[in-house]
Amino acid sequence: MVRIGDAPGVRRLLIGTALALSALFLLLPLVAIFAQALMSGLDVYWQNLRDEYTLAAIGLTLLVALLTVPINLIFGVFLAWLVTRFDFPGRRLLQTLIDIPFAVSPVVAGLVYLLLYGRNGWLGGWLDAHDIQIMFAWPGIVLVTIFVTCPFIARELIPLMQAQGSREEEAAVTLGASGWTIFRRVTLPKIRHALLYGVILTNARAVGEFGAVSVVAGAIRGETNTLPLQVEQLYQDYNTVGAFTSASLLALLALLTLAAKAALEWRAARRETAT
Amino acid sequence: MSIRIARIDKTYGAKGPGQTRALEPIDLDIHDGELIGLLGPSGSGKTTLLRIVAGLEQADSGSIHFGERDVTRVHVRDRRIGFVFQHYALFRHMSVYDNVAFGLNALPRRERPSTEEIRSRVMQLLEMVRLQAFAKRFPAQLSGGQQQRVALARALALKPDVLLLDEPFGALDAKVRQELRRWLRHLHEELHFTSLFVTHDQEEALELSDRVVVMSNGRIEQIATPDTLYRQPANRFVFEFLGDINRLEGDVEREVLTCGNARIAVPGIASGRHELLLRPHEISLATQASDRAHLPVTVSAIVPVGAEVRLELEADWLGEPWLATIGHEAFERLDITRGKRLFALPSQLHRFDAAQPTTLIPATAS
Repeated sequence: MVRIGDAPGVRRLLIGTALALSALFLLLPLVAIFAQALMSGLDVYWQNLRDEYTLAAIGLTLLVALLTVPINLIFGVFLAWLVTRFDFPGRRLLQTLIDIPFAVSPVVAGLVYLLLYGRNGWLGGWLDAHDIQIMFAWPGIVLVTIFVTCPFIARELIPLMQAQGSREEEAAVTLGASGWTIFRRVTLPKIRHALLYGVILTNARAVGEFGAVSVVAGAIRGETNTLPLQVEQLYQDYNTVGAFTSASLLALLALLTLAAKAALEWRAARRETAT
Repeated sequence: MSIRIARIDKTYGAKGPGQTRALEPIDLDIHDGELIGLLGPSGSGKTTLLRIVAGLEQADSGSIHFGERDVTRVHVRDRRIGFVFQHYALFRHMSVYDNVAFGLNALPRRERPSTEEIRSRVMQLLEMVRLQAFAKRFPAQLSGGQQQRVALARALALKPDVLLLDEPFGALDAKVRQELRRWLRHLHEELHFTSLFVTHDQEEALELSDRVVVMSNGRIEQIATPDTLYRQPANRFVFEFLGDINRLEGDVEREVLTCGNARIAVPGIASGRHELLLRPHEISLATQASDRAHLPVTVSAIVPVGAEVRLELEADWLGEPWLATIGHEAFERLDITRGKRLFALPSQLHRFDAAQPTTLIPATAS
C-alpha cells in the first residue's frame, strides 16, 4: 500500500522544489555576497578590509560581542537557576518577561533606551551632569545589544534544567558540597552543551544586530559604527564592493557559527548513542 | 548514632483551603544502630519525614537530635548524613570512581584526605559493593541495581552518622530488589549504621527493619517490630495495609453472627452490627459445616503457584469474594475444582470496631 503523497513522482517533485527553493533563497544570496565582495579582485578586497573605518567597525563589533556574551552568560545562567530551582511569587511572570526582547522589535528597544538615557531622556540630565555619555557611544551599543540577546542563554537552559530536575544537586549537598562546588562540578557539566549553544547564538546575534544599534549609535563613522552599520553606510555611499566586503565578514562569521552549532549537535548526538 | 524526632510537623501551601497537612506532629525515637522502615501508601508523609530528617526540607516546628547534637537548624551539608535516592541521582557525567569520591573531594582542604587515601577508601567502598571492576564506567553503562549500589557506596564514603534511603529499591525489578535487600541487611549487620528507609512495600519493610513505622495521612499508625506488627496490628489501617484481608459483616445476636444464610459463633461480642476481618491463611476449608461455623462458599478461581494454593471464594452472603490460601496437601485431599461447594472455617477473626482491637478464635471457644 502506498501512503498518501508517497508516490515516487510526488516525492521527487516535493524534494526537488524544496532543494530548488533553498538554493534560490538561502544559498544564492550567500554566494552573491562573496561574488560581489571579490568582484574587483583580491587586492581591492584586501584594501577595503584595511580601510580605517572598516577596521574601526570590526574593532567595535568585537568589543560589543566581548562584553555582551559574558554578561549574558552570567545573567542567563543566574536567571535559569532562579526560575528552575526556586518557587517564588512572580516566577511565571519572570519567565514571560524573559521573552520581551524576542517579542519586541529591536528598533523599539533602541528607541526605549534613547528615551531613558538620551540627553532629553529620563536619566539623560543626570548622566549629562556627571559627564557620562551612553547614547551615541559604545556603552549604549553594548546596552541595547545585551537587551536584544539576553533571552538566548536562559531560553536554552530553562527547559533542560527543568527536565533534569535537582536530584543530583540534592545528592551533592548531602555529600557536604558547597554551593559553588555543586555548581562547578555538578550543574555546569550537565548544562555545558546547552550553555555553549546559547553562547554561540548570543554571539551571532550580538555581532549582527542592526536595528536597535542603529537607533542608539548615531552613525559616527569610525567611532560608533559596528559592522552591520558600516555595511549600510558604505552601501549608501555607492561603495558596493566595500559594503559587500564588510558583509562578507559577517557572512563568514555566520558560517562559522553554523559550523560550530552543527559540530556541537553532532557531538551531542554521538554522546547519546554512545551511552 | 541515635535519632530523636520530636513534634515535627509540616504543612504545604499558604494558609487557607488549598493547604495540605503533610505531617501531623510526629514523635519517633530511633536507637543507635537500628534499621527502621517507614512504611505507608503514597501521600502518607513518609518521604517528607525522611527529607526533613535529612535536612532537604524544613519542618514548620519540632526538633531533631542526632545523639546529643541538635540538628534542627543545621544545614544538610553539615548534618553528616548519607542519602540514597529512589532514582539513584548519580552524577551522570562522572565515572563510578568519581561519584564515590565526590564527597571526599568536596571536603575543605584541611580535612581532605590525600589523593592516595581517597583512592584506597574509594576502592575499598567499591569492593564492598562488589563493583571494583566498574570504577571507570559511567552510570549510564550500569544496570539499575549496580547504579543503586554505587549510590550506596557514595553515601557511605563520608562515614555518615545516619543513612537515609528514599524508596531505595523502588525502581528495580523484583529479583534485583530481593538481592539488594538481602545485601543491605548484611551490610547493616556488618557496619551497624543507624538507618531510616522509606518504602511502600510491606514485604520489604517487614524483611529489612528492626522496627517498622507505619504511616498514613501524615500520622504514625504504629511503631513495632515486624513480628508484633503482623500479629498485633494496632488498628484496621495497619491490618489492612500489611496484607490481604477478607471482610465479614453481619448482625450479632446471642454471640452468633448472621449474614444471609451464613452464621458463625462469635464468643464475647455484644449484639448489633459488626465487621470482622481475617487473613487468607486464617481460613481452612471442609466439606462439612461445623457446629460453630456455617459459611457455605463456592470456589471461583484457583492459583496453584508457590508453597500454597490461592483460592477465590464466592457466596451470596459475601459482598466481595474472599481470598484463601491453603496447603497443597489439603487442596488435594479436598479434591478442589472450580465451582466446588465447600464450607469455610475461620481459625481467627479480628475485630477493630471496638476501642481495643481484639482477636477471637471461634473454633475453640465454647
